[in-house]
Amino acid sequence: MNCLEINNVCKTYGTKRVLDNISITVPQRSIYGLLGPNGAGKTTLIRILNQITMPDSGNILLNGQPLSPTDISNIGYLPEERGLYKKMKVSEQAIYLAQLKGLDAREAEKRLRHWFIKFEIQNWWDKKVEELSKGMQQKVQFIVTVIHEPKLLIFDEPFSGFDPINVNLLKNEILELRDKGATILFSTHNMASVEELCDNIMLINHGQKILEGSVYDIKQQYKSHKFEIVIRPFKEAINIPDNHTILSTERDANGEMHIMVSSTQANDLITDVIREGEIVSFKEVLPSMNDIFINLVSSSNN
Amino acid sequence: MKIGIIIKREYLTRVKKRSFLILTLLAPLFFAAIMFLPAILMENSEKFDQKKVIAVRDESELFLGKFENTDFNTFIYIDKDLDEAKTLVKNGEYDGLVYIPGTKLNVPVNAEIYSVRQLPMTLVTHIRATMKNVVEHEKLMASGIDPAVVKAASTTINVQSIRMSEDAEKESFSEFEFLIGILLCTLIYFVVFLFSSQVMRGVIEEKTNRIIEVIVSSVKPFELMMGKIIGIGLVGLTQFLIWVVLTLAIAGIGSTFLPTQDVFSTGTVMSEQITETAENSDTQAMLKEVFNIIDSINFKTILWCFLLYFLGGYFLYSAIFAGIGSAVDNETDTQQFVTPISLILIIPLICSGFISNAPDSSFAVWLSMIPFTSPLAMMLRIPYGVPIWQVSVSVALLFITFIIFTWLASKVYRTGILMYGKKASWKEIFKWIKY
Repeated sequence: MNCLEINNVCKTYGTKRVLDNISITVPQRSIYGLLGPNGAGKTTLIRILNQITMPDSGNILLNGQPLSPTDISNIGYLPEERGLYKKMKVSEQAIYLAQLKGLDAREAEKRLRHWFIKFEIQNWWDKKVEELSKGMQQKVQFIVTVIHEPKLLIFDEPFSGFDPINVNLLKNEILELRDKGATILFSTHNMASVEELCDNIMLINHGQKILEGSVYDIKQQYKSHKFEIVIRPFKEAINIPDNHTILSTERDANGEMHIMVSSTQANDLITDVIREGEIVSFKEVLPSMNDIFINLVSSSNN
Repeated sequence: MKIGIIIKREYLTRVKKRSFLILTLLAPLFFAAIMFLPAILMENSEKFDQKKVIAVRDESELFLGKFENTDFNTFIYIDKDLDEAKTLVKNGEYDGLVYIPGTKLNVPVNAEIYSVRQLPMTLVTHIRATMKNVVEHEKLMASGIDPAVVKAASTTINVQSIRMSEDAEKESFSEFEFLIGILLCTLIYFVVFLFSSQVMRGVIEEKTNRIIEVIVSSVKPFELMMGKIIGIGLVGLTQFLIWVVLTLAIAGIGSTFLPTQDVFSTGTVMSEQITETAENSDTQAMLKEVFNIIDSINFKTILWCFLLYFLGGYFLYSAIFAGIGSAVDNETDTQQFVTPISLILIIPLICSGFISNAPDSSFAVWLSMIPFTSPLAMMLRIPYGVPIWQVSVSVALLFITFIIFTWLASKVYRTGILMYGKKASWKEIFKWIKY
């Protein structure tokens, strides 16, 4: 079952078409990446999902039902522009925000204590936010986003501004939340995290969807049939038939040879290569999401 | 209700602030001080002054024995040179020296007063009055007129202005009503502006803190805006109520020490008591007048009107200020929007003299009907008595305008709170209304 379905959503600001007929489906318990350059329309789409902005047309289904104001308690949102009241106590503030998400004060406090223990930050309870460092505030913001245990979590650029330790923490928490049954949608520029976390992605540019699918399928689709072979050759030179194209060969100090080969037949390549030496490693070189992103965005801009 | 949660936070965070506590407790003390200060000063100032010894050198010999000693001054007639007398003043033997030179006509009209330290104004007035009486007396005698005749002919005319209304005739006291009006007008200007600005600052705070997007993903921007306006409005009401209660309490305690200053008990009861107790007939008349004035003012009506217009004015301006706050990135950018609006609000205060002079003129009536000026203008008119239909229409207009402007402001607010780094202009804001 799909957790989220967006069908033909359009949004125009003045004369600028910010979202042009966007449709995506996010399966339950998956992690979905929303990719695109700045100004592509990611934040607008995310704001529409949070019912901060209304779409001009199109519809959105959450767990099969049209999105309604009561769904606020089913969604957790960490915006790109995020902050907290500086003069308010951390605990008071987190409880307040949890109440706005529909938790009652007592339950919110109970869960908050649990999270504070988990993150080992019990001594922040009575501190004012302005006394905390930025990294500390980010932890609090994360807790506030997930405290009401929403089914759908939306993170807008979650890794921007986080220090590496918190990025790691966040990644682990995202995976843990997914394992517990949450569905996660996030926008990011951080392609490494996309490959690491996402099951599916959509690439958007100028308000238009230019690519959608699972990370695996996309990589298969855009692969250039390149293989990297590391071999300990029997002889000085190696001989590979002409139906494979050797792109480069390189010999390292240990006497191992690194060969880049372009070939449509992986099995044939292995049988051809196996006679030439002892194979240390054989792997297909898939394009990185970063390469796919840059290629597609620049070609769609032209 | 989520709006309830927002109201609670807005209210509690402000009420718990130390500055709120200080302002709430100190202001009534300040009000009470203003009320009692004149009385305290009057009672005590002369007591604190030492008795002054004044030397009189009268070369005309016309005023010998004419200066009467009082509780505060003693006059001693000396027969010395002016220079010699001055030295005595310098040496501190006398506090002052009155020197009246002799003239050919024997009707001196000048005198000189020497002193090391400034003499009280009352002493100078006393000397002048005494000399005036003596000289006039002499002149009348010289013309062969009996001064007693002139005295008998002098008359004091007493004019009472009485305003007629349906239920009762009341004496009216324009100066006092003017004062009350100005006081209320200034106060309402102050509180409306103070609390509306707090709404604006609150909106800007949420925007610069970047917490706004988290909140509007949980509640509608309109709920957040209204929650803020109502919450801060309640802070204002709380402060207002505490002020009224505390001022009354302090006034009540104070009046037990200064019975003649009890301005809050009804005038009639007090004036009866005074008739019984007061010995001096001048004081009695004066006090009676004071209590008549107080009796003539309908404090209940004024209090209710103040409350209504404070709420109406506050709601209207805070909605506008919330819209402005949402459109800017920091407080310094608000000036271009706040200045013209505060100028509109302050018009009645600028024209207060005119309005109080003619509280029923069409200009005054119009100002008290137009919602942007009505809270202040009505406060100026209220002490003079305003027909109930005018108050009703004016209040109704104020609240209708408030609803319209809240609706407009919420549209600006909705767009503005999510706009960062864009310098807002009036044009831009009107565009947002149309979104």
